[in-house]
Amino acid sequence: MTASGEAEKTEEKDRAGLKGRGTYVKAVYDASIRKKKTFIAVMAAVLLAMVILSLSLGSVRIPAFDVLACLFNQIAPDTFALSKPYYSNIIINGREPRILLCIFTGIALGASGTVMQSLLRNPLVSPFTLGVSSAAAFGAAMAIAFGAAIFGSAYYGVLDVMGITFSAKTLITILFAFMFGTLSMALVLIISKNNIASQSVLVLSGVVVGYLFQAGVSFAKYVSDDTALREIVNWLMGGMWGATWSSVLFIVPIVMVGFFLLESRAVDMNTMSGGDDVAKSLGIEVHKIRRDLLIVCTLITSACLAFTGVIGFIGLMAPHICRILIGNDNRYLIPASALMGAIILLLSDTVARILMSPQEIPVGILLYIIGGVFFIWLVSRKNGRYLA
Amino acid sequence: MKMSVESLVQGYDGNTVIEDIDFQTHTGDVMSVLGPNGSGKSTLIKTLCNLHDPMAGRVKIDGRDIKEYSRTDLSKILGYVPQYYNYAQFTTVLDTVLMGRRPYINWDYTEEDLNMAERSMSRMNVLDLASRYINEISGGQLQRVFIARTLCQNPNFYIFDEPTSSLDLRHQIQTMKIMREIVHGQDRGMIIALHDLNLALRYSDKVLMISNKKIYSYGTPEETITPDAIKDVYGVEADIIESEKGPFVLSYDSC
Repeated sequence: MTASGEAEKTEEKDRAGLKGRGTYVKAVYDASIRKKKTFIAVMAAVLLAMVILSLSLGSVRIPAFDVLACLFNQIAPDTFALSKPYYSNIIINGREPRILLCIFTGIALGASGTVMQSLLRNPLVSPFTLGVSSAAAFGAAMAIAFGAAIFGSAYYGVLDVMGITFSAKTLITILFAFMFGTLSMALVLIISKNNIASQSVLVLSGVVVGYLFQAGVSFAKYVSDDTALREIVNWLMGGMWGATWSSVLFIVPIVMVGFFLLESRAVDMNTMSGGDDVAKSLGIEVHKIRRDLLIVCTLITSACLAFTGVIGFIGLMAPHICRILIGNDNRYLIPASALMGAIILLLSDTVARILMSPQEIPVGILLYIIGGVFFIWLVSRKNGRYLA
Repeated sequence: MKMSVESLVQGYDGNTVIEDIDFQTHTGDVMSVLGPNGSGKSTLIKTLCNLHDPMAGRVKIDGRDIKEYSRTDLSKILGYVPQYYNYAQFTTVLDTVLMGRRPYINWDYTEEDLNMAERSMSRMNVLDLASRYINEISGGQLQRVFIARTLCQNPNFYIFDEPTSSLDLRHQIQTMKIMREIVHGQDRGMIIALHDLNLALRYSDKVLMISNKKIYSYGTPEETITPDAIKDVYGVEADIIESEKGPFVLSYDSC
């Protein structure tokens, strides 16, 4: 469109009495918000349907009615009689914690990926690329390979946490994974401290720290015996085997608080897309926000990864998928990516459970296939428009 | 409102880029900053916006050092458009303009915010682009969108770093005209780094010329933009031609 053409069109609008009254912009704005809200509502509905489906599928198939009845009984006990009484145990103690772990891990990774990409203005950034996953993997591998040597017989003991019995081994692995995951971001921030203004230095530090920890993982693998090696490999592929109610009770509050902290700063992140100088001139303490929010992202992802093992892909993909569909407004992009992460992870885990039932496939394998195919379809559909 | 700059020194890694900068400007004036490439115009502009702490000296607004203002308070006083832009994919023109309301909002925009956005966009002639992604519009349109964002921010001083560099002739003139209207009609101030001497001559009330790190001259356009000054500062021969529509600079090849 030529410049004069534009001018004429604006003048036309003016004749219609729209100019300066906010009517036109309000209509455009309301329409875009409506689209985003609809998208989020649809995602929430899809997730809910997936939850019901996932509760009913598995090595024991439970009819949808019994699933709903059982869920209802949890709110108002003994309202409905189930067709088989043991269904209730499978649902409540077997599948529910696993599904909740999937959902909250998906939320943590989807939201963190979005935030990291916004904060560092880099589309390749995710908890995986910034070294958090590698560091958590390093912690877990160390615990598995050297735990017995370090903790002696205590390593094989059992501990009671919140009324549920854990093997000390599992607890130590979880703790190590969490600690090292968190440590990675501390390292990245220390390394890039003098160059905090440069996002490239931050990203590169993250990549390098990731490689350092990967070297550690390789070392742990190399010196491990066959049993330990198999455990490490399993951990590296990621899985929801570790799901229990106590793990859910640990993760849910951390992820919820983290999510609301991130969401509350969504407008600041939007502003930071204009560059650090512009964001500063619009009143944002850029370095402080960047540091604080990266720490929040690391805490919530480390907490989840400690229980699930390495789940890498969602943090990178979920934000991109949602950005293509609803645009870059973080106020809506963060919850949308969180839901997208939860859906992809739950779908992958459900397929992983039922595909070779009663055997399971590590969820990571399916995650890459399902997420990857979906992403390729999206990008090729809008050919040439994305990342142009 | 008055901005005063006192013995300002700024630079990087121990090397100074500008030295002994002293001047005052106030709302109601368009002040142009002129000088050759690398003379420190952008450095000065960024320091005035509190993006970098000065090596020495201070910038004051109404007698108070800008470092003593909170960032949010300062962002209601100073609006900045940089020379080079950053932007994210999949951000609409409207979202970009609405960023200007960040100092006034917490999470959601009110009707008044949207109203401001509409007025700013229609003033900069980018209203029709509202729902386009900013990576899909031209460089000149982008520049007008960023100026609209600053209008939406509604500060007391507009501080622009070469805001007309990508604009076509018509939009250069239109933009400068709008700037002057805003400044003169609404008691705002403007500090603007420029390359085009003719735009500076025609649209500014005050001109600050920088040469060799220091202020070469500061005064009205007629006082500062002279053949001698152009020769000293830019190393170019030029005449100031008086015409019916006002004076203009004619530079010619002297090499």
